[in-house]
Amino acid sequence: MSENRQTIRFKINGEERAIQVAPMKRLLDVLREDMHLTGTKEGCGEGECGSCSVRMNGELVNSCLVPVLQAEGADIQTVEGLAESGALHPLQQAFLDCGGAQCGICTPGMLMAATQLLSINPHPNLAEIREGLAGNLCRCTGFMRIFDSVIAAAATQSVHPTEQPAHAR
Amino acid sequence: MRGNPEAHELIAPGSLSAVLELLAAEPGKWTPIAGGTELMVAHAAGRLSAAKLVSLWGIPDLRFIATGAGSIAIGAAATFRDLRSDASIGAHLPLLAKAASWIGCIANQSRATLGGNLVNGSPAADSSPALLVYDAEIEFASVRGRRRIPYSAFHTAYKSNAMTADELLFAVHLPIRFGRHRQYLRKVGTRRAMAISKVALAATALIDGGTISEIRLAAASLAPFPARLYQTESSLSGKPLDASAIDAAREALLAEAKPIDDIRSTAEYRKRVAANLLDEFLGELRREGSTQ
Repeated sequence: MSENRQTIRFKINGEERAIQVAPMKRLLDVLREDMHLTGTKEGCGEGECGSCSVRMNGELVNSCLVPVLQAEGADIQTVEGLAESGALHPLQQAFLDCGGAQCGICTPGMLMAATQLLSINPHPNLAEIREGLAGNLCRCTGFMRIFDSVIAAAATQSVHPTEQPAHAR
Repeated sequence: MRGNPEAHELIAPGSLSAVLELLAAEPGKWTPIAGGTELMVAHAAGRLSAAKLVSLWGIPDLRFIATGAGSIAIGAAATFRDLRSDASIGAHLPLLAKAASWIGCIANQSRATLGGNLVNGSPAADSSPALLVYDAEIEFASVRGRRRIPYSAFHTAYKSNAMTADELLFAVHLPIRFGRHRQYLRKVGTRRAMAISKVALAATALIDGGTISEIRLAAASLAPFPARLYQTESSLSGKPLDASAIDAAREALLAEAKPIDDIRSTAEYRKRVAANLLDEFLGELRREGSTQ
């Protein structure tokens, strides 16, 4: 069993990590089971719902579709990496203020997709927000308050400059 | 998660030549995996049969978009995000840029690759109709060398293609010569994002003095694989584009299309919508001519 494991190194929320793992293990399961970062949720498990969205090398990915070997050397950001030194990220604060979360299962993915969007397009219009979040499904609060939250966060224009992906065009 | 990660070998040799050596050493034993948007779904469901997988992710020789004098070459591992954000593709191959922008969602576009879309061979593949009406060519690589075939000859049956067991889909080549053509691409699905096509139609055409001098039509989900509509094309080619030609083309399409009933739609609906899309395109062509 252990013969099919190897050491894989990556950076998660700024911290270098190395684990012994099967290379085909999903990044989602590595985050939740090996890293104990359970903020990232599993919804559909087939890339349709966006609950497991994380950022990898400045791009939004569904972590359920990433074999962990392909995350070797990557810089990964999960929802746990949004709040810096105890202060909520402006998007998190906006979701609270605007009622952008109800049951909360979709929220980490929504936050990561919105973080990605604002890193490329700090002042998106509603159509751009809809496209940026189109791969993230919410089944309870509805999308309007989520869109409102993104608009409110964009208005504070506080996305950290270092979040700009290297190859954003 | 019903699949067992321990049951699959996955390696990342890191270079094109190393991947080709592996495919040559054990033809048919290794399954290439790029962005995983197809194979990882099967893996999670416990129905990934491949025991040995070789990663193409992060191989620079496979992820490129190169614009030459008369053509654009796209590496098989270029992602749809790469495609939709490339200025040259936007200028010369707008239908491909459009298709790339509506595949799945942002998170899929950052991982899904053009080569993966083609090798997967879905009849509903989003990039295929555009590639067909642009006369795309496919380039394969193996340790034996390179070879090119028209994309229209790539799919040979449902989920089957013309690639041999030791070959890898290396690149897609597209000529830059459709600037004067009227171009059309429309997909009909359940919603804008994350929807697999019920039906899609692409077209490029030139009209000269009211007569169609050149026309290419291609569809998704009307046959076991994405394909040109040659009979419908020949019903129009060289003809004056009038009401009777449009009616005849509609009849030709309804005769040529062989869709199926499935979870997403019915054969009857697909035929009718495809014919309506053709009407829409031919109406635009008739009213506005070919230069856009």
